[in-house]
Amino acid sequence: MTNQEIIQPENLVYKKPNLLNDKHMHYCPGCSHSVVHKLIAEVIEEMGMEDNAVGISPVGCAVFAYSYIDIDWIEAAHGRAPAIACATKRLWPENLVFTYQGDGDLACIGTAETIHSLNRGDNITIIFVNNAIYGMTGGQMAPTTLMGMKTVTCPYGRQADLHGYPLKMTEIAATLEGTCYVTRQAVHNVAHIRRAKAALRKAFEYSMQGKGSCLVEFVATCSSGWKMTPEAANQWMEDHMFPFYKLGDLKDKGSN
Amino acid sequence: MRGAIVVDKERCKGCNLCAVACPLNIIRLTQKTVNKRGYAYAEQVVEGMCTGCTCCAQVCPDGCITVYRKR
Ligand SMILES: Cc1ncc(C[n+]2csc(CCOP(=O)(O)OP(=O)(O)O)c2C)c(N)n1
Ligand code: SF4
Ligand code: SF4
Ligand code: SF4
Ligand SMILES: [Mg+2]
Repeated sequence: MTNQEIIQPENLVYKKPNLLNDKHMHYCPGCSHSVVHKLIAEVIEEMGMEDNAVGISPVGCAVFAYSYIDIDWIEAAHGRAPAIACATKRLWPENLVFTYQGDGDLACIGTAETIHSLNRGDNITIIFVNNAIYGMTGGQMAPTTLMGMKTVTCPYGRQADLHGYPLKMTEIAATLEGTCYVTRQAVHNVAHIRRAKAALRKAFEYSMQGKGSCLVEFVATCSSGWKMTPEAANQWMEDHMFPFYKLGDLKDKGSN
Repeated sequence: MRGAIVVDKERCKGCNLCAVACPLNIIRLTQKTVNKRGYAYAEQVVEGMCTGCTCCAQVCPDGCITVYRKR
């Protein structure tokens, strides 16, 4: 059998989701943001929600999310995505409404918006891409930066006496009455990508069923900010991020 | 079962994550050629071995890989 015979439309088993358009994404090679974009596009397509999905894009590396996934989007000011999502969902409850936020966006400037939205039980999904750094602005320390981790603003590593401790927003979210589903996922290999996609689908479905707020954290890499190859960044994430940011479901009230 | 991949070489950023993910180790980045943006790009270097498992395509951040499989 030649490749020519195999490469035929009837033998197709995987391709980029249609909803992810052909524009060249500006993300660095290997960036987790791109994988999360792909999963969002796949899940919305599989749910048949292409015409009824509204994303709220952040300030941060994912600021141009709206140019890559062909659904409706609103671009928020830094950290304010949950407030806009709250209003959008209340005005158009028949739509799937989600935010897409980095850790600087969600766990620093937008902490208040995030916590209050989750605590109100807004029927939205908050997608939280946690690479423990401010990627877009050049790799500064974030509230989520690990102890001892070096960034351009803590070149000797994060120290408790000087910088305080890393913030676990997902653990906080799980304690709030308004949240229905709170989970932490990763997208560095096939097994985790499959699990993460199922988690995202569950969150989107709960949002449409009006079960309360969902938070899906993706522990992510920033190979440029961390100054590593994409492959080394994935390994560093496994070795250093996962012991602190433990993967799995923290709360699932939706199945009852 | 036989498979084959098609890489959108102009979209590829040469991150190498597909090569890491391939259980048969049959993907390599180009050594001497680059695409329009200057990236080395991924290629299936051994013909006839791909099983069409889709691992490479699933991990590709940029959705550059299309996979075909024939019984
Ligand atoms: C009001 C306001 N303050 C500060 C900034 C500068 N700024 C842009 S992106 C960013 C942080 C990005 O980090 P994160 O949210 O973690 O996203 P990443 O790029 O890592 O995905 C900051 C502080 C801004 N654009 N607006
Ligand atoms: S700076 Fe970091 S988060 Fe931003 S695109 Fe590059 S790798 Fe991704
Ligand atoms: S489909 Fe599977 S076997 Fe074929 S190149 Fe991709 S990872 Fe390797
Ligand atoms: S994973 Fe995608 S972008 Fe990275 S080298 Fe392979 S084909 Fe290129
Ligand atoms: Mg970040």
